[in-house]
Amino acid sequence: MTHYSVFSLLKNTLGGHKGWPRAWRDPEPKARYDVIVVGGGGHGLATAYYLAKNHGITNVAVLERGYLGGGNVGRNTTIVRSNYELPGNTEFYEHSLKLWEGLSQDLNYNVMFSQRSVINLAHSDGQMDAYARRGNRMRINGIDSELLSRDEVREKAPYLSFENARFPIYGGLSQPRGGTARHDAVAWGFARAADLRGVDLIQNCEVTGFIREGGRVTGVETTRGTIMAGKVGLAVAGSTTELTRKVGLDLPIESHVLQAFVSEGLKPMIDQVITFGAGHFYISQSDKGGLVFGGDLDGYNTYAQRGNLPLIEDVMTEGVAMIPALSRLRLLRHWGGIMDMSMDGSPIIDKTPIDGLYLNTGWCYGGFKATPGSGWCFAHTIARDEPSPYNTRLRLDRFARGHTIDEKGSGPVPKKH
Amino acid sequence: MIRLDCPHCGPRDQTEFNYGGDGRIERPGDDASLTAWNDFVYTRDNPRGPHVELWQHTAGCRQWIKVARDTLTHEIIAVGTMGDDIEAKIADPDRGGVEA
Repeated sequence: MTHYSVFSLLKNTLGGHKGWPRAWRDPEPKARYDVIVVGGGGHGLATAYYLAKNHGITNVAVLERGYLGGGNVGRNTTIVRSNYELPGNTEFYEHSLKLWEGLSQDLNYNVMFSQRSVINLAHSDGQMDAYARRGNRMRINGIDSELLSRDEVREKAPYLSFENARFPIYGGLSQPRGGTARHDAVAWGFARAADLRGVDLIQNCEVTGFIREGGRVTGVETTRGTIMAGKVGLAVAGSTTELTRKVGLDLPIESHVLQAFVSEGLKPMIDQVITFGAGHFYISQSDKGGLVFGGDLDGYNTYAQRGNLPLIEDVMTEGVAMIPALSRLRLLRHWGGIMDMSMDGSPIIDKTPIDGLYLNTGWCYGGFKATPGSGWCFAHTIARDEPSPYNTRLRLDRFARGHTIDEKGSGPVPKKH
Repeated sequence: MIRLDCPHCGPRDQTEFNYGGDGRIERPGDDASLTAWNDFVYTRDNPRGPHVELWQHTAGCRQWIKVARDTLTHEIIAVGTMGDDIEAKIADPDRGGVEA
């Protein structure tokens, strides 16, 4: 396998780029693995990578129903941040952000992580006060934040509608270390790095059932045959309950569709991630020039990976209220991804009550930025049979214990998180 | 655009309605176990396929209604009032229905 460097690039440039080997193998599944990770998206691949790197467990398979990175890791708005308030989320997302900061070097793969800052706009005095409080809570937890005045926001983003009669901009809260990354590269980078350490990445392999021995999960039935395993971890955002149903495990999860949009390509215009404070709208510009943006869920249970028009209209309305220039743009494409919406809006990385079965779910809107942290914590939980310090609060039984992590304070209503 | 055939008002766009979630959940009795209450508040069936759910016609008659909808295809299988037996309507071969 080629180590990617300026020298390998030079060598292959001279060879007309015909000498690059494939980035990972395409192995046949073995009869048994120490750990099977179900789901070849960002979280599953990251889990396999950290199992091998941090815990020395290399007899691992990642089983993917379709192709690697074909799900939500390729269907998001690529935002990375850790601007959370509540214990449980703060330590986890900050740990994930720190992993992002060294990820390209760690994986020997350029994930194009760009710390261009994330700015949440405030549209009233009350909202400025709330952001001051949130920023202070972030700082207490060791997370960077800056409260920006109206003039400071104007200097960074002059194209915003400052004089908007309904939603005038009073200022904003910035997390300078937040930003974006190239989503597909994250999946490919983890896949290549995991494969290099001996992990088998098995595509077109759908898990159709579980093998139980005395209650314990000891393997999976797949469309490519039976595969036995010491431990099985699920990282299948969107389809989690379809799998846990097969072992009689009920979850505090609903599946909802979240849409995202890309405009035609533009010259550099937006060099931060900016969010609207009077609704739910977030936007950044990709390196290709397209504006990447999104808003709320469609708001009803669905497994269809496509959205509906009323929400599209809602997103565009908010975008134009914030940046009037958007009204002149054409939309290039849009798509929908299925989210595991948990009942408190926060994720679950835990063992399950069933021996041998481990769970990674409930990512709501926040799965992409969590990718390295999720894999790191899930690998720790699987390898050591106990949560790491960063996911001790992200337990499955927190609902029954009354220790929910409800960042938005909207109660057990998934569509509102 | 999903269209729901409100049993009180007739067919209307989804934008007139507010989604109320799983319609098969039953509130436990006051003396029910903590597990039963936990399931009532937090546990959802979340099927990939037919799903009985509640919608409120907020921009119309303001009544809550029951809807059976396929979560994969968005097909509306049956619509009824809160008092209707929606399971019987789903089973009725002549039920008709409004498609998404």
